[in-house]
Amino acid sequence: MTTTAFKDPVREASPGAATRERRRTGRIRRAGLPYLLLLPALVLELLVHLVPMVIGIIMSFKELTQFYIRDWGTAPWSGFSNYKVSVDFNAPVGNALLHSFFVTVGFTLLSVGLCWLIGTAAAVFMQDSFRGRGLLRALFLVPYALPVYAAVITWVFMFQHDNGLVNHVLHDQLHLTGKPSFWLIGDNSFYALLTVSVWKGWPFAFLIVMAGLQNIPRELYEAAALDGAGTWQQIRRITLPSLRPVNQVLVLVLFLWTFNDFNTPYVLFGRSAPDAADLISVHIYQASFVTWNFGTGSAMSVLLLLFLLVVTGTYLLVTSRGRRASDG
Amino acid sequence: MRRIRAAATGAVTLSLALAATACGGGSATGGGSNDSPKTLTYWASNQGASIAVDQQVLGPELTKFQKQTGIKVKLEVVPWSDLLNRILTATTSGQGPDVLNIGNTWSASLQATGALLPWDAKNLAKIGGKDRFVDSALGSTGAAGKDPAAVPLYSMAYALYYNKKIFADAGIARPPATWDELVADGKKIQAKGKSALGAEGASLAENIHHVFVFAKQHGADFFTADGKPNFTDPKVVDAVRSYVDLMAKDKVIPAGDAEYAQNQSVSDFAKGKQAMLLWQSAAANLKSQGMSEDAYGIAPVPVISGTPGTGTQVNSMVAGINLAVFKNTHNLDGATQFVKFMTSDEEQKILNKAYSSIPPVKSAQADAAFGTPANAVLKNTLATSAAALPQVASESQFETAVGTAVKDLFADAAAGRAVTTDSVKAALDKAQQQMPAA
Amino acid sequence: MAPSRSFTWSRRIFLTLLTGFVLIPVYVMISSSLKPLADVTGKFRWLPSGLTIRPYIDIWSTVPLARYFVNSLIVAGAATVCSVVIAVFAAYAVSRYEFRGKRVFTVTVLSTQMFPGILFLLPLFLLYVNIGNATGIALFGSRGGLILTYLTFSLPFSIWMLIGYFDSVPRDLDEAALVDGCGPLGALLRIVVPAAIPGIVAVAVYAFMTAWGEVLFASVMTNDTTRTLAVGLQGYSTLNNVYWNQIMAASLVVSVPVVAGFLLLQRYLVAGLTAGAVK
Repeated sequence: MTTTAFKDPVREASPGAATRERRRTGRIRRAGLPYLLLLPALVLELLVHLVPMVIGIIMSFKELTQFYIRDWGTAPWSGFSNYKVSVDFNAPVGNALLHSFFVTVGFTLLSVGLCWLIGTAAAVFMQDSFRGRGLLRALFLVPYALPVYAAVITWVFMFQHDNGLVNHVLHDQLHLTGKPSFWLIGDNSFYALLTVSVWKGWPFAFLIVMAGLQNIPRELYEAAALDGAGTWQQIRRITLPSLRPVNQVLVLVLFLWTFNDFNTPYVLFGRSAPDAADLISVHIYQASFVTWNFGTGSAMSVLLLLFLLVVTGTYLLVTSRGRRASDG
Repeated sequence: MRRIRAAATGAVTLSLALAATACGGGSATGGGSNDSPKTLTYWASNQGASIAVDQQVLGPELTKFQKQTGIKVKLEVVPWSDLLNRILTATTSGQGPDVLNIGNTWSASLQATGALLPWDAKNLAKIGGKDRFVDSALGSTGAAGKDPAAVPLYSMAYALYYNKKIFADAGIARPPATWDELVADGKKIQAKGKSALGAEGASLAENIHHVFVFAKQHGADFFTADGKPNFTDPKVVDAVRSYVDLMAKDKVIPAGDAEYAQNQSVSDFAKGKQAMLLWQSAAANLKSQGMSEDAYGIAPVPVISGTPGTGTQVNSMVAGINLAVFKNTHNLDGATQFVKFMTSDEEQKILNKAYSSIPPVKSAQADAAFGTPANAVLKNTLATSAAALPQVASESQFETAVGTAVKDLFADAAAGRAVTTDSVKAALDKAQQQMPAA
Repeated sequence: MAPSRSFTWSRRIFLTLLTGFVLIPVYVMISSSLKPLADVTGKFRWLPSGLTIRPYIDIWSTVPLARYFVNSLIVAGAATVCSVVIAVFAAYAVSRYEFRGKRVFTVTVLSTQMFPGILFLLPLFLLYVNIGNATGIALFGSRGGLILTYLTFSLPFSIWMLIGYFDSVPRDLDEAALVDGCGPLGALLRIVVPAAIPGIVAVAVYAFMTAWGEVLFASVMTNDTTRTLAVGLQGYSTLNNVYWNQIMAASLVVSVPVVAGFLLLQRYLVAGLTAGAVK
């Protein structure tokens, strides 16, 4: 994959050609230098990401059950049977995977949407200075800065059925529910997971949008104000359109992180997540580690990767086309 | 310049690794060696109140072993949440400890991976022979007809722990002997504002242990004689439903217990909030939580009718810990010596006292310390009315699949949804479909 | 000009609600860590029945927290330093030079962001084991292996961000340095890096947080001596009793370094993101 990278014929016109004439360093060294600078990153990417990915793909074509894990070499090739099992949606394994996939898609859309919404709203509201803005900004970044496990374990404590804060507030103090609800098992677990995910994730959106707002020239606002636009109209006409390129990257990054999130559900629910909150990363983890069938687990991971590639590719195509249209 | 060299080294390493991976992972050499005769690595399961307690209990014994043999044992106490995963990664990589504790129910599953040294007659002879061990404990060391994959180290059995004061306040004279009595007693206890019975509804292992016993009492088995999953057998469905009904229909288990998985039910019992607890060898645990020994009584786990025994009168699984030797050990002789040491009469007495378990070694079990009324119940249960969990290769997957099914059913019951024969059957059917086709 | 009244009122309401949402778990963490055990095992109460610092004393003995702490510091610290250095070199090459395969490189590196961790957990573990068997370099179970893994996790985002930041540093500056007789590396270290400090700090914070909070790989690739906080913290709930007050105290203690660092450097962070990521 990357070994052929250097033979890649793509060669862009170099804007720095004229200045390059002035350099006094040798030609060969100049040609080799960028590769030398890239080498450490390349070697590490190969070691940690790319080679394991290839091994993972190989594993997905093998029958790696408990009888073979001790000696992988002896594991028989199984062709596409791991994939067949994973996508046979009429059988329980495939059906469970499909269910988990839909749960994950729903969860991701909601979580990313809410993170983006809250983050953007907070950033826009805090664009202009007011008393206590610095303090609030610091405070809002705390959930993002907290290590995942520390934050999630606090939520577990709050979500307990008998002794948790959430039921205490909703049931004992506000009397909103007829009886205490369960948050860590059963159907509500989805909302518990969503709450934690948004709580942890929105500050990232806030941070990025806040940075994006700094790049909007003040003159635009002044011009709009002279035209008689109110605060809300300024936000609609200037702030949001200017944020479009930022949002494009932000939503994609949030989507990938949320979709692949393992830490949050794992710390929240442990090894067997409730059906309602069965996110795909934990589902695959279970399919591999808990049932000791690493072949099927790898096949599921490869399918997931393909899906993410397609989604990301499509997304980039669509948004960049839209961007070109608006720029042109 | 240095960076180029480093990068080149990296590239060479990478290609080496790839070549090695292409030739298959793990090490295909079986049987172990004696490359490092002076050291051993030992993974102990977390038996005491905390990892620190285990280190205090085992430390002096390992020093003793070192004095006797000159072999230094490096101890790592592994929490239960990690143990199986750690064993799996060790199996996969061939890099593991020399000696390790395993949950005895995993014996057959781990045996199937080929990672553990089989205890054939020759190896057993080195540690004093098979006859030293109690039969029930030997029944949980691997598949029938194969050499054991591990030897018994600690034995435990389930018993009914009951709070004497709560029972007296509710006017109950003796602990319940049947489930009907337990439910009736539970109602009296609840009338006094205490909860009746605790359970770990979200703990897969606890769920399995109980539904296994319930299945036995209903004359059913989760696996057919030739080792095929048989979870949707009407009797099995009935049995699982009876257990979940303790919460869903009889309401003697509080709904809140549906999300317990970290021994909160033991804490509830120790704090005097709850009258009864079905647990294995809870004495040390209760003591560590400040409950004095005379505050609770201990009785056999109830049956449907009659008295505990074999067949449908089984009232506990054979619980316990086995000691196994990792096939890739670099100190085969030392590992065998260590197993011999740990199963010697003296060590068996010391360790089982510390962990309030029962020695699976006959000669040690006879010691007066294990003759207390509490231990008598456990010993008696192990000897007469305990059965081993299925000794099949897919046992570990069975624990996960069925344990999860029961957890989901408890979640339904807690949320106030009906638990019916159909819903139980559907849950068990789903579990059965997840089992490996073996 | 002053914002409209409807805007200020919406702002007040929204930010108040949001502050509550953010603060409640933080309050729970802090208050529970100061409660006696009886308070955290019974019904939730907003105010502790009595304040105690016992949990903060006990956490160190219940599990070997200090060792986990040191492990986490070493792993996260080393991963951060290496990640930043490697990302600076790579981003400089992409930002300042034209060469074959440049696009392939950036696209490949960025696309690794979307790998589900679960896909390469086991292969990576096997790879480390095999490298260990072939060369004697222990990567599996060692801090070194974890450092390598974590630094690579943060590389793609770091490189991408620094490319953006370096692009915003005027080229005339390093061209001038080259003319003055610096080598390309001299120009990078003397001119570009100092000009890009905010971006580099932002990247370092990100790398540190990634390493400090990772759970999945840490749970498979560490053993007793190399265990990090991410895994070690679970040790409080495998006991006979769930010591919630200690869990909260430990959570707080392990959060302090990251949160403090994050807040101290937030100014840089926003500046770095402004110039690097969101252009």
